[in-house]
Amino acid sequence: MSINHHIADDLLLSYAAGSLAEGWSLAVATHLSLCADCRARLAAAEAAGGQMLETIDGGAVEAGSWTALRGRLAPAPPATTPAKASAGEVAVLPKPLRDYVGGDVEAIRWSAIGTAGAQFRIKTADRETQVRLLRIPAGKPVPEHTHRGRELTVVLSGAFSDGVGRFARGGVEDADDSIEHIPTATPEADCICLAVTDAPLRFRSLLVRALQPFLGI
Amino acid sequence: MEPGSGAEPDMSQLLAEIGRTRDLDRFELLFRHFAPRLKTYMARTGSAAGAEELMQETLTTVWNKATLYDPAKGAASTWIFSIARNLRIDAYRREKHPQFDENDPAFQPAEEPTAVQRIEAEQSARLVRSALARLPAEQAEVMRLAFFEDNSQTDIADALKLPLGTVKSRMRLALGKLRTALGDAGDIR
Repeated sequence: MSINHHIADDLLLSYAAGSLAEGWSLAVATHLSLCADCRARLAAAEAAGGQMLETIDGGAVEAGSWTALRGRLAPAPPATTPAKASAGEVAVLPKPLRDYVGGDVEAIRWSAIGTAGAQFRIKTADRETQVRLLRIPAGKPVPEHTHRGRELTVVLSGAFSDGVGRFARGGVEDADDSIEHIPTATPEADCICLAVTDAPLRFRSLLVRALQPFLGI
Repeated sequence: MEPGSGAEPDMSQLLAEIGRTRDLDRFELLFRHFAPRLKTYMARTGSAAGAEELMQETLTTVWNKATLYDPAKGAASTWIFSIARNLRIDAYRREKHPQFDENDPAFQPAEEPTAVQRIEAEQSARLVRSALARLPAEQAEVMRLAFFEDNSQTDIADALKLPLGTVKSRMRLALGKLRTALGDAGDIR
């Protein structure tokens, strides 16, 4: 199964740098779980990080730094047995998402939006993004669709199509507010996707509004 | 490095060896090489105050995980950079850095080795180093601001007084050149 819609290079680079907010990073990590091509592209960006680390001007470490570190090191490595997936085990949500949901699709506590669609909000520590899982009923348009700024949508099951193309499992739509589109689930099944958007401006200005009576503005 | 000690060993081979032998004397060589660099990295992306401790935490993790390091998957500097990056995101921003897991049942493995995996770690490190050195100044600057000062794309656009789209396109051009240097002909988007 090959994926037609991928993560843009600027996002991969910011993700590799560690300067991408958590919400966007979750969409990137979800796609990377499903796309070997993008993992190879990420490897190039991380290699750049490694080489930039090599060429950085090293600062002075504290005297006794090595002795202090040596005292912390256990001679044998801690037993690390990576949890191998047992044969036949399947998951719809890739691991980065399951960690936030607390399980696979059956663990999602959907709340209805519109007449038949549903959403589940995912909390992250960043204040820049809004992260949701969306369930679009088969053959129906996404129930509520307004966003400002960037929107990343990663398909997890089913498929949707809009004026830009058709997006199936693993596919990413990277839209900004210049794109007028109405994603519609294809008729054969409900479409579940991860949607990350710039946080609504009112969230970011909440603190300012709370302070308004005191600031006299 | 001690004065007059000659050439440093190849760090990727050294790290792989440490993974096998758990030799603390060999690990000290790796420490001498990376500790000052990691300390500068931590100071620039966060604060000078916590830099020594975060450098120590990074190298403790490197020691603990050295058995998992595979030089076929990338240079030691890349592997150590990733560990340092994850620790500083957690420490300075108190955010998580979600990552894929190769043992995830949903994980889609590659059908064939990719270009990056086909070439030796040290050769790919050399190729990336020379591609970085050849980047136009404005692309190199965007890379530095993203990797070494923890700037979001919006922060970079504000700092350089550029439209956000220009920052994104400089990042795309820079990564495109790095991938070309690594022989990745398959261009996406």
